[in-house]
Amino acid sequence: MSILVGTDTRLCVSGLTGREGSFHTLNNRSYGTNVVAGVTPGKGGQDVEGIPVFNTFREAVAATAANTAMIFVPARFAADSILEAEDAGIATIIAITEGVPAHDELLVYNTLARNPGVRLIGPNCPGVLSPGEANVGIIPAQFFKQGNVGVVSRSGTLTYQIGNELAQRGFGNSTIVGIGGDPVPGSSFIDIIALFEADPQTELIVMSGEIGGTAEEEAAAYIAEHVSKPVVGYIAGLTAPPGKTMGHAGAIVSGSSGGGAAKVQALEAVGVRVGRTPTQVAAIAVEVLGGQRS
Amino acid sequence: MDLLEYQGKQLFARYGMAQSPGRAARDVDSAVAAAEAVGYPCAIKAQVKIGGRGKAGGIKIAGDVSQAREHASAILGMDIRGLVVQELWIERAAEIEDEYYAAVVFDRSAKKPLVMLSTRGGVDIEAVAAETPEAIATLHVDPLVGFKPFHGRRLAFEAGVAPDVVRGVAELVGQLYAAFVGEEAMLAEVNPMVVTPAREVLALDAKVTLDSNALFRHPDNAALTDPSDVDPQESMAKERGLTYVKLDGDIGIFGNGAGLVMSTLDVVAGAGGAPANFLDAGGGAKAESIVAAIEVILSDAKVRAVLFNVFGGITRCDEVARGLIEAVRILSPTVPFVVRLDGTNDVEARELLAAAELPGVVTEATMDGAAARVVAMAAEASA
Repeated sequence: MSILVGTDTRLCVSGLTGREGSFHTLNNRSYGTNVVAGVTPGKGGQDVEGIPVFNTFREAVAATAANTAMIFVPARFAADSILEAEDAGIATIIAITEGVPAHDELLVYNTLARNPGVRLIGPNCPGVLSPGEANVGIIPAQFFKQGNVGVVSRSGTLTYQIGNELAQRGFGNSTIVGIGGDPVPGSSFIDIIALFEADPQTELIVMSGEIGGTAEEEAAAYIAEHVSKPVVGYIAGLTAPPGKTMGHAGAIVSGSSGGGAAKVQALEAVGVRVGRTPTQVAAIAVEVLGGQRS
Repeated sequence: MDLLEYQGKQLFARYGMAQSPGRAARDVDSAVAAAEAVGYPCAIKAQVKIGGRGKAGGIKIAGDVSQAREHASAILGMDIRGLVVQELWIERAAEIEDEYYAAVVFDRSAKKPLVMLSTRGGVDIEAVAAETPEAIATLHVDPLVGFKPFHGRRLAFEAGVAPDVVRGVAELVGQLYAAFVGEEAMLAEVNPMVVTPAREVLALDAKVTLDSNALFRHPDNAALTDPSDVDPQESMAKERGLTYVKLDGDIGIFGNGAGLVMSTLDVVAGAGGAPANFLDAGGGAKAESIVAAIEVILSDAKVRAVLFNVFGGITRCDEVARGLIEAVRILSPTVPFVVRLDGTNDVEARELLAAAELPGVVTEATMDGAAARVVAMAAEASA
């Protein structure tokens, strides 16, 4: 078992014919992901290394029964592409695109909120990897193997860092989910933690947060009420100065809100152990799982 | 992207928000001309993005042309908590009967714009929120519906504004919301919103933060600058398309991925060091962009040592090593580098670095080890 992407995934890629889109899609296919279609308006009928391209999501879904979308188009087109995928009946939408305007994300979020059957991951995220089953996005799969640790993170490279340290200690992952570093991510920590809680393969949840917003505090309250599995946390940006955007559009301490210390405190108050460095996160995870190899 | 007061006011004017007439000036003569044009008494206000301007002497009222000249000369060039005043905003001084507060904020938690209105304006609103939260009327707006006239009336009545200005206040709040959405702001705040003896409602201040990711749709806003707050490294990085934030310390930081770089800053601070910058080289960094990034880091004279912390995913470590080797050859840095590379092609990268035998460049196997080493080197260099 895994969450979000797996052996049932039938992937349709918006932006397949672009340089980045084709490179990563073909990587995903080599990993074993079932890539069934691409969408590029005006390029319907073409193919990319055998993957058929359609003009619209509706055509792609009708012809291939795609159930998952990956969004790889430039930022100014991303919101439209996400809404098109939803309109075509796609249930899982994973948006890799970076730099999407926050007001676009607001409209997308509130539109998708009316449809309980759809889930958006991202934008500005590295994607979702279920080791041994499917990889949708840009996560370098070679560092991860199947196992019992579920990872949810606002950052890409930091996820690889933590995942690699876990792998060096012999642990694998059920699924790794990058929820992205933007102010309005389609899915929050809570959404993904709920999926891990229900996933029998996942025995430990690692959540990697960062400064900005209150998603980590909200996750802490949720964990206290609804999560029986152990959770290990990390917060990046504890020493970041207020008022500065630290790379991710959402990583900013504004006035008294969004600071890292409050997030650590909220998590620790509900029994989540928070590592102070990525190395410490891996060490705590090993300790919680009793040092056994998965 | 934070705007100066006058930039915010010019933006508000596009949405019809009532204000005192005003003009911007960058030298004393233009300031005097502006004062003559707007009339006396007028307020001469320092344009810097920092709270407490008034207390620092950055806002003065001029009753005639000689006072206008005197105040403009005093305020231009003034140092307000490290920012040197380069621009003034001169506006007709408003007569004030009541001071209100209005704002639209991008509520990340609710995923909706939050509109706030209070009759306790002209003071620190966070203090009002902490002590008497009931004094602030709030409303979340469904972005798919927008802000309707009834929203404005509801807020005005709930906030308890004077009955004869409910209409004026509601209208101004509606215009503020339109500006927030139209310009794609993360924050649009008016504090104070004043009521004059003639019962006019005016926006007397403007605090606006725009979404940098949306600037491609707003070329006029993208061109706005703040001459009092120009950092040489930050401008250099911006020209080169790098994500760079200047910090106060002496350890230069190069990394890839915002989360990993933030984490690197924390680990360096934890080891007792002080980072000089945040620099995210991004995914798939190529040799030439690495040289450009290192040049930016080294142009900060405070830097005494550099930490290179890369986890290769899409980014190939061997490519990063080539970039570093090239940078050292081109730039001949005088400060030491500590390098930690892991991930895609890390073995090749370490071999390349070993073969290059770069002077002053050492490698470390772990992030924690590399942080400790660079902190020690920076301390040694400053001793």
